[in-house]
Amino acid sequence: MSDAVDKLVACLQDRFGRAISVGVAFSEVTAEIAAKDVLATCTALRDEADFAFAQLSDLCAVDYLTFGQAEWETTGATGSGFSRGVDEREVTPSTGGNERRFAVVYHLLSITHNVRLRLKVYLNEDEPIVDSVVPIWTGADWFEREAFDLYGVMFTGHPDLRRLLTDYGFIGHPFRKDFPLIGNVEMRYDAEKRRVIYEPVSITPRTLVPKVIREDQVDHLTGNQGGSHNA
Amino acid sequence: MPEIKNYTLNFGPQHPSAHGVLRLVLEMDGETIERADPHIGLLHRATEKLAESKPYNQSIPYMDRLDYVSMMCNEHGYVLALERMLGVEAPERAQYIRVMFDEITRILNHLMWLGAHALDIGAMTIFLYAFREREDLMDMYEAVSGARMHAAYYRPGGVYRDLPGSMPQYEASKWHSQKEVDVKNSNRQGSLLDFVEDFVQRFPKCVDEYETLLTDNRIWKQRTVDIGVVSPERALQLGFTGPMLRGSGIEWDLRKKQPYAVYDKLDFDIPVGLTGDSYDRYLVRIEEMRQSNNIIKQCIKWLRENPGPVMLDNHKLTPPDREHMKGDMESLIHHFKLFTEGYALPEGEVYSAVEHPKGEFGVYLVSDGSNKPYRLKIRAPGFAHISSLNEMTQGHMLADVVAIIGTQDIVFGEVDR
Repeated sequence: MSDAVDKLVACLQDRFGRAISVGVAFSEVTAEIAAKDVLATCTALRDEADFAFAQLSDLCAVDYLTFGQAEWETTGATGSGFSRGVDEREVTPSTGGNERRFAVVYHLLSITHNVRLRLKVYLNEDEPIVDSVVPIWTGADWFEREAFDLYGVMFTGHPDLRRLLTDYGFIGHPFRKDFPLIGNVEMRYDAEKRRVIYEPVSITPRTLVPKVIREDQVDHLTGNQGGSHNA
Repeated sequence: MPEIKNYTLNFGPQHPSAHGVLRLVLEMDGETIERADPHIGLLHRATEKLAESKPYNQSIPYMDRLDYVSMMCNEHGYVLALERMLGVEAPERAQYIRVMFDEITRILNHLMWLGAHALDIGAMTIFLYAFREREDLMDMYEAVSGARMHAAYYRPGGVYRDLPGSMPQYEASKWHSQKEVDVKNSNRQGSLLDFVEDFVQRFPKCVDEYETLLTDNRIWKQRTVDIGVVSPERALQLGFTGPMLRGSGIEWDLRKKQPYAVYDKLDFDIPVGLTGDSYDRYLVRIEEMRQSNNIIKQCIKWLRENPGPVMLDNHKLTPPDREHMKGDMESLIHHFKLFTEGYALPEGEVYSAVEHPKGEFGVYLVSDGSNKPYRLKIRAPGFAHISSLNEMTQGHMLADVVAIIGTQDIVFGEVDR
């Protein structure tokens, strides 16, 4: 498996040079490309014998708005000691201009070479638009519709870019990090009006387990299991 | 002759052969399908978003509820992704147990598919037969995890507990006499492994029974041969995996090609179809059940000979046992931290895929170094399959739509997520 990975990395760098930045982590190859290069790169990856990525396994979007932001400070105490309970923080809506807020991630599979490749395209938050790969892999159709529905990423050239998973008439893109987990509206049957109605949500958000980033914990898990630390 | 116009037909979401909550809008020319527009999302629970708000371990039970007829295989995909990022590997015995239960799950899934698919296109008996065998498989789930379906049995670092030494027994009641109950209990006297072994001895005969009913059955062939033909090129283009891809003649199985757990130490074959129609996919799945049966046999043999731990001893990741927890301060702290805060994964991303009964089940995990996933994307095989429904049904008759939904083996838990 690792030979195939090395060979793929070499081939990618030979063929695309500076247009692509290739990294290997957890023995998986990730290549980052610019949004304008998507169609040309993907066509080459599918058709050229060195790559032969005949199948698109998966396509999804990622919202990087709150990447690396913890909910609970654990490194330094404040004047009142460590904070304890965590209130649900409203994610402040971004003011725009974030060049790398969204990423569209393609997982390609080459059956010929038995190797996988992850392609990443970062998109800015004001105009998250990228070319559709449906002409290259027909199977991308619904994956792109899903990414549009959940993240509001637009795919130019998609034959039928409609919402896929959310309700008819839904407003917003629910998987964005600034969309609340509890949603904005709830639905019930109104006996007087004799129909289903939508109302603002009546529940309040709650954080049961705060999100914590501990720099030292990772080392603990992967090897150093000494008894000197206890948490 | 009167002029017949195209009309639009609404199919589902409450239709017994929609396999859950599929709404199809069909544009028809008489009886012939011109265009099929599946509307999905009626079972959308935002599993991926919910997972972002929970520590890693708390999302394992959600995995069971994705494809709710192949529960443990879903868990396997998720747990493998976690283990790869943590850089740990489950003990060998745990890996054999996982493989054994993956294959039990594959039989469970294929029996469900066979029963439902055959019932949809007119065969009643097979449904009853399939559920008779599923009952025993469910009992295995129950014996090992306490739950008949949503097991939450695989954990990062192993499986929750070792195989039990005894099976639960039926008890006599006012409806079931002692004599009846004794018959039911006769193969439950030994350990779980004895019970599984008894099953794998019986099961090939059961598959023969199903084949007697269907394989050469004239009606069955009329309904499946040349229905929903997919060429190998199109199958790859459409993102098909699993039996849908192999039915079209492409020999691709992640258990062989990118082996995980202990599949590289086991002996089994990959059945491949020739024509890519519904009948070939039926034959592929039937043969897969026989192969799974063989894999289970090999696992039983290994598991009998090799006792050992089934969980890692790393208490940052797995809970200490209760006895230690009561007596030892450090174990208590470990226990508390694990069940409140959980553990953090290093920053990065992985895509781990397993050969799920329906195809490639992939988990794409992005971590920002915290105790919760930053993004979890579940690549469900059924999602890619049903997105091709339009292409597969075009030019077929209305009744064939049901046969094609059946042959795709759709479960909405995973399509909608």
